[in-house]
Amino acid sequence: MTQAVDEQVLHILWMNGGLSCDGDSVALTAATQPSIEEIALGALPGLPKVAVHWPLIDFECGPEQGADNFIEWWRRADRGELDPFVLVVEGSIPNEAIKPEGYWCGFGRDPETGQPVTTSEWLDRLAPKATAILAVGTCATYGGIHAMAGNPTGAMGVPDYLGWDWTSKAGLPIVCVPGCPIHPDNLSETILYLLYQVAGQAPMIPLDEALRPRWLFEATVHQGCDRAGYYEEGDFAAEYGSAKCLVKLGCWGPVVKCNVPKRGWINGVGGCPNVGGICIACTMPGFPDKFMPFMDEPPGARVSTAASGMYGTVIRTLRGFTQRTADKEPTWRVKGTELRTGYQKTW
Amino acid sequence: MTTTEPRITSPSGTETDLVEMNWDPITRIVGSLGIYTKIDFNAKRVAECYSTSSIFRGYSIFMKGKDPRDAHFITSRICGICGDNHATCSVYNQNMAYGVRPPALGEWIINLGEAAEYMFDHNIFQENLVGVDFCEKMVAETNPGVLERANATEAPHAADHGYRTIGDIMRSLNPLEGEFYREALQVSRTTREMFCLMEGRHVHPSTLYPGGVGTVATVQLFTDYLTRLMRYVEFMKRVVPMHDDLFDFFYEALPGYEEVGRRRVLLGCWGSFNDPVACNFTYREMADWGRKMFVTPGVVVDGNLVTTSLVDINLGIRILLGHSYYEDWEDQEMFVTHDELGNPVDRRHPWNQHTIPKPAKRDFDGAYSWCMAPRWFDGTDYLPLDTGGGPIARLWSTALAGLVDIGYVQATGHSVKINLPRTVSRPEVTFEWKIPADKEGKPLSNAIERDRARTYFQAYSAACALHFVEQALAEIRAGRTRTWEPFTVPNDAFSVGFTEAVRGVLSHHMVIRDGKIANYHPYPPTPWNGSVRDSYGTPGPYEDAVQNTPIFEENPPERFKGIDIMRAVRSFDPCLPCGVHMYLGGGRVVKTAHSPTGVTLAI
Ligand code: SF4
Ligand code: SF4
Repeated sequence: MTQAVDEQVLHILWMNGGLSCDGDSVALTAATQPSIEEIALGALPGLPKVAVHWPLIDFECGPEQGADNFIEWWRRADRGELDPFVLVVEGSIPNEAIKPEGYWCGFGRDPETGQPVTTSEWLDRLAPKATAILAVGTCATYGGIHAMAGNPTGAMGVPDYLGWDWTSKAGLPIVCVPGCPIHPDNLSETILYLLYQVAGQAPMIPLDEALRPRWLFEATVHQGCDRAGYYEEGDFAAEYGSAKCLVKLGCWGPVVKCNVPKRGWINGVGGCPNVGGICIACTMPGFPDKFMPFMDEPPGARVSTAASGMYGTVIRTLRGFTQRTADKEPTWRVKGTELRTGYQKTW
Repeated sequence: MTTTEPRITSPSGTETDLVEMNWDPITRIVGSLGIYTKIDFNAKRVAECYSTSSIFRGYSIFMKGKDPRDAHFITSRICGICGDNHATCSVYNQNMAYGVRPPALGEWIINLGEAAEYMFDHNIFQENLVGVDFCEKMVAETNPGVLERANATEAPHAADHGYRTIGDIMRSLNPLEGEFYREALQVSRTTREMFCLMEGRHVHPSTLYPGGVGTVATVQLFTDYLTRLMRYVEFMKRVVPMHDDLFDFFYEALPGYEEVGRRRVLLGCWGSFNDPVACNFTYREMADWGRKMFVTPGVVVDGNLVTTSLVDINLGIRILLGHSYYEDWEDQEMFVTHDELGNPVDRRHPWNQHTIPKPAKRDFDGAYSWCMAPRWFDGTDYLPLDTGGGPIARLWSTALAGLVDIGYVQATGHSVKINLPRTVSRPEVTFEWKIPADKEGKPLSNAIERDRARTYFQAYSAACALHFVEQALAEIRAGRTRTWEPFTVPNDAFSVGFTEAVRGVLSHHMVIRDGKIANYHPYPPTPWNGSVRDSYGTPGPYEDAVQNTPIFEENPPERFKGIDIMRAVRSFDPCLPCGVHMYLGGGRVVKTAHSPTGVTLAI
C-alpha cells in the first residue's frame, strides 16, 4: 500500500510491535464505515492523499539491503524525512527498564548492534516527530490483558509511558480508541477524523478524560443494550443462552463505556450482551483486573439490580461510583525500574 | 554483490559466495517474524536460514492464581486473528476439568463459529496476504519472463472462474486495485458476520463459556448463517479451480518449483470440530471421541499415519528449551506424574512445564530467542513436526484415516472429497483433494501444496458447516434449545483441550489447585512451525523449509526481493503476534556458515 513519497502525502506509520495480539490490525480489515480500501484509495470527499505503512497487508516485502524494505519507512521518519505522519501504536509498552539486559519486544533491528530496536525506543524516537499519535486497542491505550496483575514485563499503555498530558508538536493529545479488540468502525472512523483534522478540515478531536473520542464512548453498554427492557422489568437470566438480561451472570454493562451493543460488531451483526455474551468491560482502563472473575455477578450491579426501576437517582449515583473505579487503571502500570505487578523477578 | 574474495564450499561442493540477507519484519503475516538467511547467488540457493520474532508477554506467568473460568477470556488474547480458536480450546480444556458436557446445540454453535473462522481467515490470508506474492505486480518485479508466459497461457478452468489467462488471474490479485483482491476482502467481512452470529464478536468471542455458549439459538440465527454460507459456497466454486490453475502454472513455468519451501513430511493435526454425539470431554475416552471429530487428529511422518489417538498425541508432546531466554525447570516440582489412564507423564510435557524468563542480549551462539522448541517424541526421536499452515496437515491426516463421511465431505483413505450443493447460479460440484506427490511419486510438502490445501480447506469448512446447520436445526425443531450446562469448579484437577487453530495444532494444558490455576500452558501452531534449533541442534520447520530453497527470482542482490523465500515462509501462514522483517545483510559476503539469528515467539 506504500506509494511514492511526495510532499502532499500524509503518512500513517502503523507499529504493531507492542505487546499485542495484532487483533486491532485484523479489526481494521473488517471495517466498512469506512473501509481501509476507501481510506487508502481516497474514496471519500476531501481526504488528503495517504500512504499507509502497515505490516499486515503491505506490498513492501524486500530485505534490508535489497529492494522495498519495509522498516526503511520507520528509519526515514526517525531521520525527519516523513512529514507529516500519524503514528499508530498497537500493543502495550513493556517496561524495558526493570532488567539489566535483553528486550521484551522489538520491531526491526539496529543495523549497528544487530539487536532488536525495542518498541519503547521507537516511541521515544518518533513521538517528538509525529503530528499525532493514535493508540489503538485496550493494550496500547491502558495496558490491557498483558498488563494484568502478576505480569512479568511491567506493561503499560502509551499514555502511561509518554505521560497523560503529552501533546504532539501539532498540539494533539494522544488519541485513545480502546476495545479488546477495537471495534472495526470505531477505529476507521477515528482515523478518518484525524485525517480530516490534519488536513485542516475538522476542529480538534473531542476527547474525554481517558482520551477517548467523546462521540464513541459517552454512552454505556447498558444504555445501548437491547436487553435493557428485561433489566427494567427485573427479569434476569439464570443460565447462559437465555434472551434475558445477563447482569447476574457477570455483565458489567451498566458501568462500561462502549457502543458495541448499539453499533453491532460488523455491519450491525453481533455485539456482546445483545448476542448472549456478558460484557467483560474490555474497553475500560481498569480492564481486566477490576472485572475478574468475569463470570461472577458484578458487585456494583447487585445493589442496582435489586432496586432496578425504582430508585433511578440512587442507582445512577452508585453506578457513578463504580464507574469511576472502573475507569481507573491499576496502580502498577507505571514507568520506573521497579516491577510492581506482584511477579517475583527471576533474573 | 560488492565483493567476491572469500570463498566457501557449498553443500554441492562448488566454490561459492554466501550473501547475508535479512527480512525483519516480514510483512503480510500476523505478527513479527524476522528471517535471516545466507544466500548462495551463484548456485541460486538459500544455504542457511534462521527465523526470529522478538516478543514476550508471559501468559503462563500471569494466568497463575487466576480463576480457571477466566482462562478462555484471557487466552483468546494470545492471538488477534485466531483468538476464538484459543477460546474454544480453553473451553474444551475447562469442560474436561469441570466434568461438564455441553448440550449438543451448544457444540454445533461452536462448530459453526469455528467453521466461519476457517472460512474467513484462510480466505483473507490466501487472497490478501499470500496472493500478493503471486500477483501481476509482484511477478513483474521478480520474474518478468514468467508474467509474459502467464499472459499467453489460457487458464484451463476459465469457464469455471471467468479469467481467460493466468495473467488475468494475477492481475485480479493486485493489492487493492485487483478486482478479486477486493472481492475477497469483502468476503472476509461476510464470513466474519457469520462468525459474529455464533460467537458474538470477532476475534475475541463474547458468547463462549465452559459448559456451552450464551448464543440465543433461534431459527432465525441459523437462517441468517445459512444464507451467507450458501453465498460463500458459490464463491468457492470459482476460487478452487482458479487457484488450481495458478498453482499448476508455477510448476509448469518454473520447473523445479516443487523444491521451494519443501521439507520432509512431518505433519501434526490435533483434530477439529467435535461431534457432540461422541464427545463427552473425559480424558479416559479421549482417543475414541477424538476419532469422531470432523477433522481427524493425526501425526503423518513420510506420508504414513503414525497415530490418530489424542492420548498418544498428548503424551508425546515435549517442550525443549533450545536457544531460548529461559531457565530450565529440571529442578522444579512436577504437577502431573501420571495421566488418568496411568501412563507416565514426562517432565518436559506442558503439564509439568515452568516458564522462567531470563531476558538477555541476542547472542546467536547462546540464547537468541523467546521461543522454545516444541517437539513430538515418537519413542525414539524428537520430531520437529510442522502444521504446514494448518490445511495440508488436516486434509492429509483426515484423508489417510478415512474416518469422516458426512455426505458433504468424505475421507477415502487417499483423498478427501468435498461435495457442494447447487447454489444460485452454479450446479452441484465435487472437489477432490489428493495427497500431493512429486514427479517421482514421493509425498510432497512444499510451499505450493501448503497454499493449495488452504483453498481446498476453505471449501471443506463450508461443506462441514452445511452439516452443522442441519444438525443444529434438527435440535431446535425437536425442541432442544438449551445451549449451556451448569458446572462447578473442582479444587484440584488437570486437563487438556485439543483443536486446530486456523494455522494448525493447538493444545491448552491446565492444572488446578485450590480452585485456582496452578499451571496453564497453551501451545499454538507457530511455536511448532517457527521454533528455533532445539537442544539437539535440529532446526525448526521455517528454517528447515527455507534452507535449500532454490532461488528463481531474476533480480541481482541489490534489487533482490527474496520472493521465493517469502513464498516458502508465508506458506506456513506465520502468525507471530508482533511484525515481520527480512534483511539482506548489506550485500556483505561472509566467510563461514556462522549462524546469525533465531526465532522469538513467546506467549
Ligand atoms: S445484559 Fe448487561 S448491558 Fe444488557 S441490560 Fe443486562 S446488564 Fe445491561
Ligand atoms: S460490550 Fe463490553 S465486552 Fe463487548 S466490546 Fe463493549 S466493553 Fe467489550
